[in-house]
Amino acid sequence: MAFPEPKPRAPELPQKLLKTLDCGQGAVRAVRFNVDGNYCLTCGSDKTLKLWNPLRGTLLRTYSGHGYEVLDAAGSFDNSSLCSGGGDKAVVLWDVASGQVVRKFRGHAGKVNTVQFNEEATVILSGSIDSSIRCWDCRSRRPEPVQTLDEARDGVSSVKVSDHEVLSGSVDGRVRRYDLRMGQLFSDYVGSPITCTCFSRDGQCTLVSSLDSTLRLLDKDTGELLGEYTGHKNQEYKLDCSLSERDTHVVSCSEDGKVFFWDLVEGSLALALPVGHGVVQSLAFHPNEPCLLTAMGGSVQCWREEAYEAEGAAG
Amino acid sequence: MAALHSDSEEDLVSYGTGLEPLEEGERPKKPIPLQDQTVRDEKGRYKRFHGAFSGGFSAGYFNTVGSKEGWTPSTFVSSRQNRADKSVLGPEDFMDEEDLSEFGIAPKAIVTTDDFASKTKDRIREKARQLAAATAPIPGATLLDDFITPAKLSIGFELLRKMGWKEGQGIGPRTKRRAQRQKPDPGVKIYGCALPPGGSEGSEDEDDDYLPDNVTFAPKDVTPVDFTPKTNTHGLEYKGLDPHRALFGTSAEHLNLFSGGSEGASDLLGDVGLNRGRKLGISGQAFGVGALEEEDDDIYATEILSKYDTVLKDEEPGDGLYGWTAPREYKSQKESKNDLRYIGKILDGFSLASKPLSSKKIYPPPELPRDYRPVHYFRPVVAATSENSHLLRALAESTTKAVPDPAMHSRHQLNASKRGELLGETPVQGSATSVLEFLSQKDRERIKEMKQATDLKAAQLQARSLAQNAASSRARPSMPDPGHGSWRTALAGGTATARPSTFKPFAKDPEKQKRYEEFLVQMKKGQKDALERCLDPGMTEWERGREREEFSRAAQLYMSSHSTLSSRFTHAKEEDDSDQVEVPRDQENDVSDKQSAVKMKMFGKLTRDTFEWHPSKLLCKRFNVPDPYPGSTLVGLPRVKRDKYSVFNFLTLPETEPTVQASSEKVPQPRSLDKSRKPSRWDTSPHEKKEDSISEFLSLTRSKVGPPKQESSPSVKQGEEHAPGSLSEKAADKGVTSQAEGEGSRPPMDLFKAIFASSSESSSSEEEGDSEDEQAGPEQASCTGSQGSASAETSSVAHAPESAPPEPIPAPAFPIQKMQLDEREEFGPRLPPVFCPNARQKPETPQKEKYKKSKEKHKPKKEHKRKKDKAETPPAKEAVTNPAQPAPESALLSSDCSDCSVNTLYRLYLYVNCCCKIFFKTLTLERFQKLISTFNSS
Repeated sequence: MAFPEPKPRAPELPQKLLKTLDCGQGAVRAVRFNVDGNYCLTCGSDKTLKLWNPLRGTLLRTYSGHGYEVLDAAGSFDNSSLCSGGGDKAVVLWDVASGQVVRKFRGHAGKVNTVQFNEEATVILSGSIDSSIRCWDCRSRRPEPVQTLDEARDGVSSVKVSDHEVLSGSVDGRVRRYDLRMGQLFSDYVGSPITCTCFSRDGQCTLVSSLDSTLRLLDKDTGELLGEYTGHKNQEYKLDCSLSERDTHVVSCSEDGKVFFWDLVEGSLALALPVGHGVVQSLAFHPNEPCLLTAMGGSVQCWREEAYEAEGAAG
Repeated sequence: MAALHSDSEEDLVSYGTGLEPLEEGERPKKPIPLQDQTVRDEKGRYKRFHGAFSGGFSAGYFNTVGSKEGWTPSTFVSSRQNRADKSVLGPEDFMDEEDLSEFGIAPKAIVTTDDFASKTKDRIREKARQLAAATAPIPGATLLDDFITPAKLSIGFELLRKMGWKEGQGIGPRTKRRAQRQKPDPGVKIYGCALPPGGSEGSEDEDDDYLPDNVTFAPKDVTPVDFTPKTNTHGLEYKGLDPHRALFGTSAEHLNLFSGGSEGASDLLGDVGLNRGRKLGISGQAFGVGALEEEDDDIYATEILSKYDTVLKDEEPGDGLYGWTAPREYKSQKESKNDLRYIGKILDGFSLASKPLSSKKIYPPPELPRDYRPVHYFRPVVAATSENSHLLRALAESTTKAVPDPAMHSRHQLNASKRGELLGETPVQGSATSVLEFLSQKDRERIKEMKQATDLKAAQLQARSLAQNAASSRARPSMPDPGHGSWRTALAGGTATARPSTFKPFAKDPEKQKRYEEFLVQMKKGQKDALERCLDPGMTEWERGREREEFSRAAQLYMSSHSTLSSRFTHAKEEDDSDQVEVPRDQENDVSDKQSAVKMKMFGKLTRDTFEWHPSKLLCKRFNVPDPYPGSTLVGLPRVKRDKYSVFNFLTLPETEPTVQASSEKVPQPRSLDKSRKPSRWDTSPHEKKEDSISEFLSLTRSKVGPPKQESSPSVKQGEEHAPGSLSEKAADKGVTSQAEGEGSRPPMDLFKAIFASSSESSSSEEEGDSEDEQAGPEQASCTGSQGSASAETSSVAHAPESAPPEPIPAPAFPIQKMQLDEREEFGPRLPPVFCPNARQKPETPQKEKYKKSKEKHKPKKEHKRKKDKAETPPAKEAVTNPAQPAPESALLSSDCSDCSVNTLYRLYLYVNCCCKIFFKTLTLERFQKLISTFNSS
């Protein structure tokens, strides 16, 4: 009675444009999913942060309070609060429901490139072009950061947090991983200024994109190169990269208006999704569905797999 | 009360109430048990032993408050009409009748209170009073007292009396023989004595002679110890003059003010007896002087009989001598024969000191000069004029005959330092009398110069006005070159207020500083060729030129700002330029190695640095992670102190080389991907064919995990061996110095150490210049790539500051500065431009245009950069360290070096020259070439 194992469905790539959100907040600097992927945040250059339902295309709330363009945002694990950082050198903690500023952390000497909550949303980590990562305590009322990670020699372009690690990419060409459990700092030299880093979903690898138009998959523990992904164009701008929902593909923005999909293992280009004529500035991959958000100019596109049928369209 | 119940037997004394005799045939009553015994008051009520006023609560109705009807508070009654009836309630109104009875707390019966009771409670005093009354000149003087004060005898006293005790006797069984001779029967004696004068004497004698056998005597009375506390401020054992003794003729010699209590009591007895005896002969003698008698004055000097002992003292003084005083007196006399003269009597318990006190040495008072007058004479103040000079002289002569020499004259005006001078002492450093002495020598000079300068200025002003008048008529002489003129004018403005000595722009190099100061001094004097004069003639032409420029710029810059700034700042307590700086202990070192590793795609050990990193405690807590270093207070990377201006900070140590070699064997095996998380079934998709080298490699390793590893590693090793060569060839083709080549051709570290070891003291300005030289290195390397090993040397040195820049943490300051310089100038990856299709967003348009502009602005740069990328090895570093735009702070001193007019070799020569000036005073070109050759050979 040995049935052959069902062949696992090859992962489908989101390539069907489902929705285009005209954000109306200037250039969309970043687009981010919330923790469960039902909502998304767009960071505008008009100092606002907006919360959307990307599938329906409805604007839920606008958060205004930044003094300059918003460069990055993140949502907490319980969807109760947001954090964002921007060109006003401030990191802001928002209350989702009321839209009020809960706290503003000031201390960075330059633009805040990236913000991230830790797993329990007790600490906000923010990376700035002042070459420091600051850990802000959301629990206490301390105005100073809990710790400043100033090992970077140049601006910090990307920060990602796992349960016990902080992964940062810096323009000085190094990926630094601070392991709190081990009390060690691992610094991997990549050479080219790093634009984006991210953990793989299984937490074993790190994906690093740098300005030499290359994405590299590094083993987290040893720093060895597991894969290299080229073909896109990223030489000038801080562009996002991501891994697909099941770690099957590597996704990256490109300056030539496309989103590139590579097979993670083979490193082969799976898809070059044309988005528009400008630069695909930011992207976000859904945490557990083949759904992609891309930001180009002032609008955000929502992409799904081909087989996807929106409930809204059906009903 | 004890009642004497006389029965048939007269002798019996019975105490207490007798029981009623039992009737015939009656059974004896059972005694009532204790618990049934009750105490009742006179009305038959149960007696309460506690009342409202004696500690308990029993007022009211059956131990309740109030009456039968309950407690009724006293109602208010207006006292307006019945004022007279108003009664003030006292405590008695609330008392029970028991309280008012004889044994209550407020008995109504009239008794003598303590205030009126007999003052002398002790019997002894009473007895003494009685005795005194008996022997008084007016007998019965105390009778009045007796009448007034009631005889209050205690119950014990009365009981004793009833038992046959008599006052004055001791208590106890009677003795057969009289224990002591003095033991009289006082009571008998008193009365006996009182009535027949002199009878007691006879009876005493009689007692002495006749001792019947059947006569027993009562024991001697013992006076109780007096425990009355001392409440007065008199001395111990002090008693006031006893009027009895004062009046009854006891002379001063016999008055013993210090007699003890018990002794006093016995004195009372004894003395009264004595007095009585004395009184016999000399009665009335001491009772004043009669009006008819003439000799008043020697009342107390009268020889009275009482001065003499008429009887041997009955009471032995306690020494067992029974009045035989001769040995004792002899002894005491022998002990202190001379002292007794003024001591008189020695207290009991004291004895005379055997050793005489050491007499204090007494110094005679100073002898006054013969002509000393104990009157102060105020000299008249006379103004010294020519008229009264003779008067002054006369005054001076009159006041002080011996006027000493002028030095001595101002003896009191001398201060410590002057006295020290006179004594020939070396002046003490610490003590300073004037504030000026606290200042350093330099500062004092400065003040002095300041004073002079202000004077000078005034003089100059005068002179200038004169000169201007003169010069206006004449044609002005030719001015010096404009460059010199500028700093000269700056100097002219600055020198008057600011001193050259305070600000030392070249403090690191004392010689240079000296030259600079000399230059300033000469400049102030207005010499045109000041620069040329003060420069070191031993220096090379280039150096002189450079120094010339430095001096002039320093003079221009620092002089103007210094005067205003210096007043606002104080010197730091801690040395700021202490040549030590905190540097992270572990540096991410040797980028060049890593770059080559990256180029060969050999990520892993080669590109990884691992540091000990201490997260803060709170961060660990927030991350729910145990603190990896529980005991440490460190946060971040461990830090060490390093020399700030050490050349070794800029040189990358080749200590990683062995690890590179060691790890190169293992590294090239890339980690096979985790199979469990990548079930690559869909790998058989059609686009698998398209593979690049790395993915091929990956799939290779994935498919053959076991034995193929051996296959793969040698191949990679081989590739690795090939890599440096091919790379260097490529690099040579492109005109780029390869890092591997640079590494290989670099001389050993010892050589650098030998050259640069002690040059860490070289001036900071030179260091900056050096680093500027180094930064300029890559450009020259690119343009003069054919220079071979020498240029390789430069490039390898030049890469060092990128890994370890001269400032410890340059990055935070640097980007900010740049950001302020140009808002659009960003670092690293820029944000993409806005590409907004809908044009209805009005507020966005200016921004968009700005972005577009910026993009256009960036475009040529980008192209330029790409060209450069091809030409240069360090890629994409321009954003951080753009050689075309040096840091503003370093531009000041080094812009003269950055204009590339000299070739690289010469530049390197200068660099080395600067660094090792200490060793080779002037490094000649020949020597340098020799050095280069050693580089080459090594």
